[in-house]
Amino acid sequence: MQAWTSRSSTDATARIDVNRWLLRREAKPVLFGLALLPFAWLFYGAWANTLGANPAEALIRGTGDWTLRLLCLTLAITPLRQLSGWSALARMRRMLGLFTFFYGLLHFLSFAWLDMGFDFEAIVKDIGKRPFILVGATAFVLMIPLAGTSFNRAIKALGARRWQLLHRLVYATALLALLHFFWMRAAKHNFAEWSVYAAVMAALLGWRLWHWIAARPARAAPVRG
Amino acid sequence: MHLLEDRGTTHPVTSEITPRGVYLARRRLLQSLAAGAALAALPALAQVARPNKLAALPGSKSAVPGALVMDKPTAYADVTSYNNFYEFGTDKSDPARNAGSLKPRPWTVAIEGEIKKPGVYDLDALLKLAPMEERIYRLRCVEGWSMVVPWVGYSLAELIRKVEPTGNAKFVQFVTLADKAQMPGLNQAVLDWPYVEGLRMDEAMHPLTLLAFGLYGEVLPQQNGAPVRAVVPWKYGFKSGKSIVKIRFVEKQPKTSWESAIASEYGFYSNVNPHVDHPRWSQATERRIGEDGLFAKKRPTLMFNGYEPQVGQLYAGMDLKKFY
Repeated sequence: MQAWTSRSSTDATARIDVNRWLLRREAKPVLFGLALLPFAWLFYGAWANTLGANPAEALIRGTGDWTLRLLCLTLAITPLRQLSGWSALARMRRMLGLFTFFYGLLHFLSFAWLDMGFDFEAIVKDIGKRPFILVGATAFVLMIPLAGTSFNRAIKALGARRWQLLHRLVYATALLALLHFFWMRAAKHNFAEWSVYAAVMAALLGWRLWHWIAARPARAAPVRG
Repeated sequence: MHLLEDRGTTHPVTSEITPRGVYLARRRLLQSLAAGAALAALPALAQVARPNKLAALPGSKSAVPGALVMDKPTAYADVTSYNNFYEFGTDKSDPARNAGSLKPRPWTVAIEGEIKKPGVYDLDALLKLAPMEERIYRLRCVEGWSMVVPWVGYSLAELIRKVEPTGNAKFVQFVTLADKAQMPGLNQAVLDWPYVEGLRMDEAMHPLTLLAFGLYGEVLPQQNGAPVRAVVPWKYGFKSGKSIVKIRFVEKQPKTSWESAIASEYGFYSNVNPHVDHPRWSQATERRIGEDGLFAKKRPTLMFNGYEPQVGQLYAGMDLKKFY
């Protein structure tokens, strides 16, 4: 009895500590700085020429990898918040979502610039020619309305429910981004890295699906985000 | 010189146009003369500096037309760190990281099939079979990037003549090493191992088709296909098999590994051709590794990788869209 009480209170204390830390003023700037590190690393690599024999390819792939990673982190916020009780994590979701868009934009720009030389006719032709580019471009385009309605006034203007409905587009982006990466690796039958992202995404989306199904009888109640 | 009058324009007769290889060789000779007596006295010496990483394998300048392109050779560090050699992993950096386990000696190459002198040839015998030449070739990968590599070796034709093919020998097949103990990438079912490639007999006999033993004046690094590989400069890079263990002379066109994997994307010929796109991307342009700046436009890909004067006649009358 004694042990149970004391462990439970330690858990609660830890939870409060994490939440308190997340609520501190420097929490957001620290996360902002962390999320910028991959960009700084790639930028430095391009400038100092340390990205290997084909820096253009390294930049295109690097920005793509980080888009996927930030997408996973963004989608992890809600499950993590609910499972751990670190409710203050919710403060970080918008920033991570915007960073996902930022890296997606860099990924698209590096493709359009470094691979295609901003030749729009060639880009359009390439999108039509390569299904995996089409899928990637769609995943990116679907993020634009999300980034464009990420500020508080947009939420007010749309109304919370409609805003939330719109922002479910992120699930389509996640699936398309995963397909984009799968297709890219399919040429070499090399799915080791892809499987890791697929497993993480499956867990994050599966958790939501499970909750959605579990909440179905009480459809009238507000839907979880 | 004879001149042709053609609708108001005067052309030289085609047969009298100096072939590219000849005038390039002439230019080089003039350049070396201009560089002074010291250079002119050593015209046969190879022109690229050794990186001093591996055992020396010197070659004299090749006299084969087209064998010494004027393009700037790609840096040794790039040539040896950016490789497609799936037996060591599918990432470009994998071969340099993993190929240390490949043992290039002792090494033998079985030469068999429709020939009068079949046998198992030791690497040392192959190294002594013909004089080593330095050849500076463009290398165009099917993925859309290119390099310029100073290879060391001799024309595959030298070997073919020695083994005396019979009249039934219509194609040459290259079988490359597939040894799990040395090649960690074989655990991935990317392709059906061993990796096999092939050429038509006249392609294999073309003087530009190289049996390479080295690059940059030294023996081949493991990640580049040590100890012996093929180099067919007018075809996409994957046609040039690495770490060859068997050369077979056959009557029927052999299936290549990439044909077996995805026949709709990779044909037997796989000649570099800017007018025939890969089904999933354009082949009109390429990025020259280490040379074209990050924001530079990609350079146009040349027909037969720029070797059209030398090899164009091999494909006269063929529909290259059909025989891709």
